[in-house]
Amino acid sequence: MQKLITNILLLILSVYLIYWAHSHLDNYTLSILNNIGIFAILALSYNLINGVTGQFSLEPNGFVAIGAYTAALFLIPSETKMDMFALVDPAPVVMQMHAGFLPALLIAGVTASVIALLLSFPVFRVRGDYLAIVTLGFGFIIRIFAMNKPAYTNGAMGLNDIPGNANFLWIGLIAVITFVTMLHIISSRFGRAMKAVRDDEDAAIAMGVNTFWIKTVAFMTSAFFEGVGGGLLASFLTTISPDQFTFLLTFQLLIIIVLGGLGSMSGTLLATILVMGGMEWLRFLDDDMEIFGYHTGAHPGMRMVVFAILLVIMMLFARKGLFGDKEISDTVRKRIGRRQQTAGGDA
Amino acid sequence: MDFTTFLQQMINGFSLGSMYALIAIGYTMVYGVLRLINFAHGDIMMVGAFLVYLAHAAGLSFPAAVLVGVLGAILVGVLTDKVAYKPLREAPKISLLITAIGISFFLENLFNVLFGGVPRAFPAPDYLTQVIHIGKLYLPTTALVIPVVTLLILAGVLWVLYRTKYGMAIRALAFDIPTVKLMGINADGIISLVFALGSALAAVGGIFYAISYPSIDPLMGIIVGLKAFAAAVLGGIGSVTGAVLGGFILGFTEILVVAAFPDLGGYKDAFAFFFLILVLLFRPTGIMGEDLERGRF
Repeated sequence: MQKLITNILLLILSVYLIYWAHSHLDNYTLSILNNIGIFAILALSYNLINGVTGQFSLEPNGFVAIGAYTAALFLIPSETKMDMFALVDPAPVVMQMHAGFLPALLIAGVTASVIALLLSFPVFRVRGDYLAIVTLGFGFIIRIFAMNKPAYTNGAMGLNDIPGNANFLWIGLIAVITFVTMLHIISSRFGRAMKAVRDDEDAAIAMGVNTFWIKTVAFMTSAFFEGVGGGLLASFLTTISPDQFTFLLTFQLLIIIVLGGLGSMSGTLLATILVMGGMEWLRFLDDDMEIFGYHTGAHPGMRMVVFAILLVIMMLFARKGLFGDKEISDTVRKRIGRRQQTAGGDA
Repeated sequence: MDFTTFLQQMINGFSLGSMYALIAIGYTMVYGVLRLINFAHGDIMMVGAFLVYLAHAAGLSFPAAVLVGVLGAILVGVLTDKVAYKPLREAPKISLLITAIGISFFLENLFNVLFGGVPRAFPAPDYLTQVIHIGKLYLPTTALVIPVVTLLILAGVLWVLYRTKYGMAIRALAFDIPTVKLMGINADGIISLVFALGSALAAVGGIFYAISYPSIDPLMGIIVGLKAFAAAVLGGIGSVTGAVLGGFILGFTEILVVAAFPDLGGYKDAFAFFFLILVLLFRPTGIMGEDLERGRF
């Protein structure tokens, strides 16, 4: 009961903070917060399949692209579409796609989720690591289709003038919903089954867990939130093109969930802030540097080299990340518990 | 499609298939021994091709540059295993896969930072690029050299695997690493040998690729690597002959489908992916593979 009240109070507090930030902060700060919010949604859902279920997947860029394109096509008004599609006329179905903001996001999520279901059948039938390579390939295929189907995607030019409905109120709230949903899933029957699949698939099967179904559910849930996140991203940026959804996006999210701890949702939140901040802070690596009077010259991409090394080093020496698969509250509670025990003696 | 065109396309498919086969062997051998999809394998191929380019630009003759490229790729491949994969042998599989993708991303971006992302012309020597006309047939020298060299290399690999002590050790590792160690075999040394072999073949494949599409860039290994992996799965992962078969099937299909339906040219890179999905759906063990859970060569 006490825990429930604490949770509700925390929820109210976070909603109030989001509202406060939305109405008080300047645009620059808000754009950073929006970025963090969207990445938090993506990283949290990515952690469900990778961290909680233990199935190494490289899907986010593909599903985010699907979500972004779907939502964008539903949000852009017909007249704008006619003007925008320069190479070929938009396909008739594209002209019929209309929806409000929230329905468009939901459709984006469901579309990604359905595609995840279709991918599950070939992938989860065989045990092992095919998920990684299939999802990696999938990210490339989506890009190939985005380039080669101009009637639906406007080709390499991408979609512009997407209505910018996504403000921090939406993004913040959806991030909170994602976080709460993920925590709920983890502590539910499904979550325990997912962890069982991760820790020992044979044992899980022996206990009567339908591992194919559990993996599929985890994958579809991840895909749903990634699709929604993609829709938010499209509306936040108001312009999307195939080049935004490269493997780089997936790699950033992978860094985040590894740093936060595979399986730890609160760790993921913290890591999102750290990595997104770090990306900004490390921007100097890409620029010209003067070391002992010697100019290094500008090196766009240097940050990515550093992040790649960081990822490998984390895997080698700090595989558990910040919080392992525990939540921040567990860690804090254990500390407090221990202190009370030593202080109170037999209490 | 008349007969000459068909023959022409078959020749093209044979060289493309050879490249996929060479790269697929590395995937299949590492998977067979460590059960690891070595994401960095496609990038090792890129490193090989790039080193040839750099060595040639530094003034070496083409054959010497090729030697530098192959040795450099072996070094990078073996180092990757020693530095990044070896400490994680006992770790959960997901850690190993994350490390592999980290290494892949590292190599791509390192070369991007060092040499820029702009494609560079590959210095293929004249005796490899000249064209022989036989009737209406247009025959680049490479179309003969690539398959012949590939078949020679394949014969060499099979000889090592089935006729030498080392090959026997590699095949044994694929079954059971702890037992192999108990037999007094230096398992880590043999694993290094697997990486060295795979990387050398990848480098040769990369050089062939660079000669046929005479340009190289730091990201060239991603798509080719993906396709070669699909070829390895198609042939049955863990099986070297399967990888070669898968590589040739993929090469021929890609060339013939594009020749027959030019409209599909833009989706050329997607075929391998659909192959992969189809194989996983209908025959997850591939053509030559028997059981994914048991290692085989």
